[in-house]
Amino acid sequence: MAEPLISVRNVKKYFDVGGGKTLKAVDGISFDIYPGETFGLVGESGCGKSTAGRTIIRLYEPSGGQVLFNGKSVYDLSSREMQEVRKDFQMIFQDPYASLNPRMTVEDIIAEPLDIHKAYKSHAERHNRVIELLKLVGLNEEHASRFPHEFSGGQRQRIGIARALALNPKFIVCDEPISALDVSIQAQVVNLLKELQEEMGITYLFIAHDLSMVRYISDRVGVMYLGHMMELAKSEELYENPIHPYTKALLSAIPIPDPEVQRSRHRIMLEGDVPSPIDPADTCRFVDRCPYAIEQCKGKAPEFTEIVKDHYVACHRAKDILEGKAKPTK
Amino acid sequence: MEKLLEVKDLAVSFQTFFGEVEAVRGVSFHVNKGETVALVGESGCGKSVTASSIMQLLPMPPAFYKRGQILFEGEDIVQKSEKEMQKIRGNKISMIFQDPMTSLNPTMRIGNQIVEGLIKHQKLSKTEAEKKAIEMLNLVSVPQPEKRIRQYPHEFSGGMRQRAMIALAMVSNPELLIADEPTTALDVTVQAQILDLMKQIQDKLGTSIILITHDLGVVADMCDRVIVMYGGQLMEEGTVYEIFKNPKHPYTRKLLGSVPRLDMSRSEMLHSIEGTPPDLYKPPKGCPFYDRCDEAMIICKDHMPQRDYHTDTHYSCCWLNHPMAKGVAEGSEA
Repeated sequence: MAEPLISVRNVKKYFDVGGGKTLKAVDGISFDIYPGETFGLVGESGCGKSTAGRTIIRLYEPSGGQVLFNGKSVYDLSSREMQEVRKDFQMIFQDPYASLNPRMTVEDIIAEPLDIHKAYKSHAERHNRVIELLKLVGLNEEHASRFPHEFSGGQRQRIGIARALALNPKFIVCDEPISALDVSIQAQVVNLLKELQEEMGITYLFIAHDLSMVRYISDRVGVMYLGHMMELAKSEELYENPIHPYTKALLSAIPIPDPEVQRSRHRIMLEGDVPSPIDPADTCRFVDRCPYAIEQCKGKAPEFTEIVKDHYVACHRAKDILEGKAKPTK
Repeated sequence: MEKLLEVKDLAVSFQTFFGEVEAVRGVSFHVNKGETVALVGESGCGKSVTASSIMQLLPMPPAFYKRGQILFEGEDIVQKSEKEMQKIRGNKISMIFQDPMTSLNPTMRIGNQIVEGLIKHQKLSKTEAEKKAIEMLNLVSVPQPEKRIRQYPHEFSGGMRQRAMIALAMVSNPELLIADEPTTALDVTVQAQILDLMKQIQDKLGTSIILITHDLGVVADMCDRVIVMYGGQLMEEGTVYEIFKNPKHPYTRKLLGSVPRLDMSRSEMLHSIEGTPPDLYKPPKGCPFYDRCDEAMIICKDHMPQRDYHTDTHYSCCWLNHPMAKGVAEGSEA
């Protein structure tokens, strides 16, 4: 395979929540993202997937670890050098209502990255670039002078995408870009993201909790739980042969829109809720809810290892589960 | 089967500064005893307004019933006074909302919120009511209910709050439960727990459920019948198998085609529906889906089609059913 565009190495992000307590939102994750691919990051709310996305592009200052972008260590750059690199990193946000300034026209919103990086010589050049971007995302010239409130959710998300594309970035973090939209509109936006990727060769980190959408859009998928990466594999492999007990439970919980299939499925019901990420124990994060947990799991957290080729799992019992030797203990 | 609820030609509008917004434009359906009916559609299609008007929960004004009847156990809810409604709400018909944080009272202990309805409707004493509340929390699998009833909503997690909401809704053993996007705000593993719980309670108590949702996976999992709504009108209705296996209306087919399925190849494109739903401030005269429909004909623009029954339980409102049209291609394109 080609050289990775982004290498994430043991990245950590802790938040001080007062009283000497630490919230370990992201606690040492490592993976590579290759040029032109879509890397999906899934997990339930509070698992740290959004924090991970933001820490990787250094919107949050990391608590530890390293990110290599084209061989450069992103966390070691000065703020001036960082400004240069930022041209290559963009972000698309979840809420198309909150992420566009209601007092700015669409033209000014889309041109803001151009303004900041002084990426044009004349006003006409700026205007033409905005029109070009609007057309690229399926809007048109007359939309440029309007304000965000005049648009529907799907159209606003297109404006957000146009803004992200303004500087021809190499890497875009899409943080739940479709979860605020209706299903029919979701499909429009996802198809647009796919088309843009094919045309411009952009690399995506696609963060979402909708697992069927993530499978559809991603080449490889990582599953997070309480700040740890639990499993990582090619998207078909992960969905067809999940190894980690958490991934298995997560996948079996997604209802399939087909009554015959759905009603004959076996569901793995997880007990209870996701535990608190404040000062978590140094064991496997899933041990309390895991149906396969044994004594060993209450000890040190398992290493993130390659069990099958290109299929990484952090579980003490991964081998047993793979060979069908492990039986649920609960 | 016995009909518990029958909605006949219901139309609900909102009087706004700009004029009348016709949110619901003549819908008719029924709910039998003990069954689960799904009301599916995109935001703004009128599904929540329909549900809220069954409970008379809409602020009036600006909302008003334009025409139609809502017959619940043979009596018309539209004609009821506020005082009569108070005897029905939370007693015979209950509702679960999407966001449990905003629909529970943050300043009241969970126990008191559950007990309130019991004391009012069933005239129980405080200790009896409290015992019942603990029983109820136990039924919805809230651990340590004796301790939990003394806590406030902010001390509960999202899933636990939704369980408390269900306990609150089910405590007086209602005939009809309206669940408005009950799991949309929850994670999939918690969603699975809550849906499972709703099924168990329904089996135990024989409650009818109207489930409002846009998640077709949840519909396939939970429901007996499906009603598809668009632009304030009903487009298609049928059993869950008829709708998923043999959808007749172009909108239903598009809707089913726009969700990715776990068993779908990644190279397939999603069938997106171009455009946006109609503005109900000036509702279209003909079929509301006309603008976005690939198979639209001239007649669709100005004339709303009738219900055409394909089986006893399955109808769709589309001109393509007419013998003069070329006919809808069989099966789903999804």
